[in-house]
Amino acid sequence: MSASVLFDAPGPRARARHRLTALAGALLVAAFVAFALFKLGERGNLAADKWSPFATGSMWVDYLIPGLLNTLKAAAISIVLAAIFGLVFGMGRLSHNGPIRWLSTVVVEFFRSVPVLVMMMAAFGLYTFNNVFQSEINPLAAVVTGLTLYNGAVVAELLRSGVGGLPRGQSEAGLSIGLTPTQTLRAILLPQAVTAMLPALVGQLVVVLKDTALGQIITYPELLNTYQQIGSNWGNPVPAILFIAVIFILINYALTVLAARVESRLRRRGRPTIHEAAGGPGAPAPVEDATDEARHHADEERLRGH
Amino acid sequence: MKVTSIRLVAVGAVATLALAACGSGSSGGSGAAATGGTVKVGIKFDQPGLGLKTGSTYTGFDVDVANYIAKELGFTPEFVEAVSSQRETLISSGQVKYIVGTYSITDSRKQKVSFAGPYFIAGQDLLVRSDETAITGPDSLTGKRLCSVKGSTSAANLQKKYPGINLQEYNTYTLCVDALKAGSVDALTTDNTILAGYAAQEQNKGKLKVVGTTFSTENYGVGLKKGDTAFCDQVTTALNKFIDSGEWQKSVDKNLGPAGFKPGPGNPPKPAPCS
Amino acid sequence: MGELFAQYNILAAFGMTILLTVFSAIGSLVIGTVVAVLRVSPVGLFQKVGAFYVNTLRNTPLTLIIIASNIVMAVNLGFNFTEDIARNNIIWAIIGLSVYHAAFVCEALRSGVNTVPVGQAEAARSVGLTFGQSLTEVLLPQAFRGAITPLGNTLIALTKNTTVATAIGVAEVSGLMKEMQEFRPDLIVPIFGIVAIGFVILTLPVGLLTTHLSRRLAVKR
Repeated sequence: MSASVLFDAPGPRARARHRLTALAGALLVAAFVAFALFKLGERGNLAADKWSPFATGSMWVDYLIPGLLNTLKAAAISIVLAAIFGLVFGMGRLSHNGPIRWLSTVVVEFFRSVPVLVMMMAAFGLYTFNNVFQSEINPLAAVVTGLTLYNGAVVAELLRSGVGGLPRGQSEAGLSIGLTPTQTLRAILLPQAVTAMLPALVGQLVVVLKDTALGQIITYPELLNTYQQIGSNWGNPVPAILFIAVIFILINYALTVLAARVESRLRRRGRPTIHEAAGGPGAPAPVEDATDEARHHADEERLRGH
Repeated sequence: MKVTSIRLVAVGAVATLALAACGSGSSGGSGAAATGGTVKVGIKFDQPGLGLKTGSTYTGFDVDVANYIAKELGFTPEFVEAVSSQRETLISSGQVKYIVGTYSITDSRKQKVSFAGPYFIAGQDLLVRSDETAITGPDSLTGKRLCSVKGSTSAANLQKKYPGINLQEYNTYTLCVDALKAGSVDALTTDNTILAGYAAQEQNKGKLKVVGTTFSTENYGVGLKKGDTAFCDQVTTALNKFIDSGEWQKSVDKNLGPAGFKPGPGNPPKPAPCS
Repeated sequence: MGELFAQYNILAAFGMTILLTVFSAIGSLVIGTVVAVLRVSPVGLFQKVGAFYVNTLRNTPLTLIIIASNIVMAVNLGFNFTEDIARNNIIWAIIGLSVYHAAFVCEALRSGVNTVPVGQAEAARSVGLTFGQSLTEVLLPQAFRGAITPLGNTLIALTKNTTVATAIGVAEVSGLMKEMQEFRPDLIVPIFGIVAIGFVILTLPVGLLTTHLSRRLAVKR
């Protein structure tokens, strides 16, 4: 549904009124920003010596880049392991074997409902107490464990809804040429479902990347964590937090755009896609149906309109 | 056909994983020999005056201690961050040879690691703004806003003893210092060495002061592998030399002194013999 | 296990989790609805503001938002609601959680709006309803029904995300869990079990309820 049916093309008076409201809104925002800047300035957080360190090589080479690399490392390992976990348990949920299906359902539902942070903390405690890994790897391992279990469960759901969204004729065709149900799943349904969930997987990468910041709480030296060292060294924790926020937003925004690209490209090739989990972190993907399909097109149209 | 696409995904997955694994595998440490070569040493990275990462180098009193021991024993130290909760694991798994990082000697820790030292006697204290006159010790904290780091029992104990304390907890002291300077908390509590380190920092000069009435005793030791008496003896000898030669005083003055901090009674301590 | 319950106030911590969830759910629903209205409004600037809000908030780690709400808003900008630090942190945690999840509520509502056929809007307009009237009388009521599943998912995510409030010292479950782990490292598995089952108990009914509601309230077409 397009928004434009909601109102007539505004006439001169309406346009004037809109301009006025827009101006009022802009003034309100500007007033808040001015107030915030004033207060930040009062606390000395706008002083040049708090921001100039960000222009030094040392800031990047010794703090931000190592932190960013750790963030990316944890995210990369996690998304790969989550894809494998999701593939295994997603197939398990589609299995024709009752106990396997039942077990996979319990595993997936359990890991979807436990907070990532709780899983990270439990894994961290378990690894350090039992000396499972070398201790400098413990925080990374714990972050990866938490992210893999949760996102793996989400991927399993994506896969299931991907297979569920395929036309029934696909599996019927497979069965009728003499493939077993398992063969049908592996050779016909899964490849299509995996392609369909690619954009959702890229979208999930945003969730993973954001959640690596939880590693800060269990001492993993990721990007957000660097504000502690930066703040200790230059005495500028607030500028550091704001700066790191911008880095995170830029990377994740780029990934969001990439996910949209992948999706529109697949759509151009006539492949169905699963949309990124609408509820964000913790949200399972909706099962595709006709209305959802319509929604994507409407979404895209609106995006283009901007 | 279609089958290829799923294989491609799988191959891509494995490749990425292998790449990522490479990145993390290279830095595995091992308990290097006590003499010659490089040895991994655990320090704090985010405590000014004690162990602070400044660019690619490290400064602070603990760093000086660590460097002196390394020099005496004839090897080059390679510094590794020793977060408080990770210290015992770092030592017992042999990833660092020793740790100098505001490491208090306690009975429960002695069950997992051995200590050489003490090389400094610290105590829990309060950091306040330099124009603060009302706060003179823990008993004047009632109704005041106190900042501390989560998981530190000291602040929780203080709050239990003086229920009127308004407690703010963060993950890191840096935020406490910032909140203190901004006036949204009135005091920060932890070891006086850490507080002195912050007070001595260039950007805090003249803004913060340590109250100077300690209400606990923390014996800082050098953490090392449990039962390694031979190494412990070598470290103790080095510590004695560090103290006797006057290097100890020099380092304290340089790192903690600028804000007028004087080590409490009993300093410099006499390192206990290893057992 | 009983030992843990005796020694630590696990129920109080879960109570805090529920409190954070309930208030943040209300907050994010209100903010999210406003942003969703902005995004479909006739004023171009408002649409851009709405889109900017969603794109920015959705791409920022929640940990960062929570820490910034305390450090930037409360400490540096001096927005304090009470003198009591613990209570002030709870309020800021609720605001941080609301602001973050509002972006997802907005997207959920938009997907709900998109389940309403164009004919509904056209009909509303053709009987002479204004933008505001057609939105509040015709579209949003249907949109909320169509958005129940994604809204439920957001609520589940929110329940779990309240754990992040520990970053500024709010005494909820994950903070208590960290404390328990530190003092009873031998009981890590039961500690995890209790916390995990607690969250399953909190989130499972929401999932079941939204599935049930979305079926019952679905607009028959």
